Amino acid sequence: MKYIEPHAHMVSRTTDDYQSMAIAGCEVICEPAFWAGYDRSSAQGFYDYYRQLTDYEPKRSAKFGIKHYCWLCINPKEAEDAGFAREVMAIIPEFLDAPTVLGIGEIGLNKNTVSELTIFEEHVDLAKKHDLPILVHTPHLEDKLKGTRLIIDALKNAGVDPARVIIDHVEEHTAGMVLDAGFWAGMTLYPESKCTLPRAIDILENFGMENIWMNSACDWGVSDPLAVPKCMQEMKKRQHTEQNIRKAVYDNPVRFLSQSSNFSI
Amino acid sequence: MPDKNDILDLYFMDARCKLIDIAAFLDRIDRHQGSPDFRYQAFLKAMDAMLEQKGSSRAQAVLESLSDHSIEPAQKAGIQFAYGAPGKE
Repeated sequence: MKYIEPHAHMVSRTTDDYQSMAIAGCEVICEPAFWAGYDRSSAQGFYDYYRQLTDYEPKRSAKFGIKHYCWLCINPKEAEDAGFAREVMAIIPEFLDAPTVLGIGEIGLNKNTVSELTIFEEHVDLAKKHDLPILVHTPHLEDKLKGTRLIIDALKNAGVDPARVIIDHVEEHTAGMVLDAGFWAGMTLYPESKCTLPRAIDILENFGMENIWMNSACDWGVSDPLAVPKCMQEMKKRQHTEQNIRKAVYDNPVRFLSQSSNFSI
Repeated sequence: MPDKNDILDLYFMDARCKLIDIAAFLDRIDRHQGSPDFRYQAFLKAMDAMLEQKGSSRAQAVLESLSDHSIEPAQKAGIQFAYGAPGKE
């Protein structure tokens, strides 16, 4: 069964991963801009990173028949220095015309600071100005609940259309508040710090199949670029229909991503 | 859809293994020297939250027990990472 990987950091993965994902049925990969594993030393570092996201990764992906799209932003970890963050954000508009850019993301919070929140709000303004959908990162571990609440409040205050925003990395204690507020919810299948495969299916069963997707968010850490097809197998074991499985891993991502004028399948 | 026994068939052995791992983790802490930091009490509290099961979801109760419930944004970030439990100043 074909699937979409809506959140994977392929800059951190070897080409073997593209091959494995293609064999597993991946048709589209969406890659949000994120932290490099270290703090970049200049805005120019981000310029080259955006070049990689908008030029090189689509070419690398195409060799395996997978379409590659990206989201652009300065990630929350590097948003603590607001002056630096604004320098980077000034670069983003230059790349928004690239044919594989979907929107602004993954913006969000990390340690829930005043500066992170300010830069988050400025990213939201940028997305509104260019009429782009938004992909949101919610903080890790003990910071996730507070961060999700702050993010939802900020998005409501900004007056964005919640149907054009996906709030990612939800878990059992945040999925309900995200969906109840009208936003899309993303579940991340990531060892130790986010959802396991069975828990992601529990969340689907408890909160419904609408406005929700799953992803691997595979990156520099120990993570699995095949987490989504593995979860598809797990759903089969749980006696979910092919229709349900396809909805979670293909139809829902297509429906959300089609809100971006650059997305096609 | 599966019934309770189908779910047991699928997940009992894995959950059993994880339960033993948790017990062994607590034994391991007992066996070693020194005083455990805030994470230890947070872990025990999360286990209580799971067993008390206030509300419909034990998983939600555990996650909420391991969460920062403050409301106001922090003035600054002293660190970039998270500990897994609230309470570290």
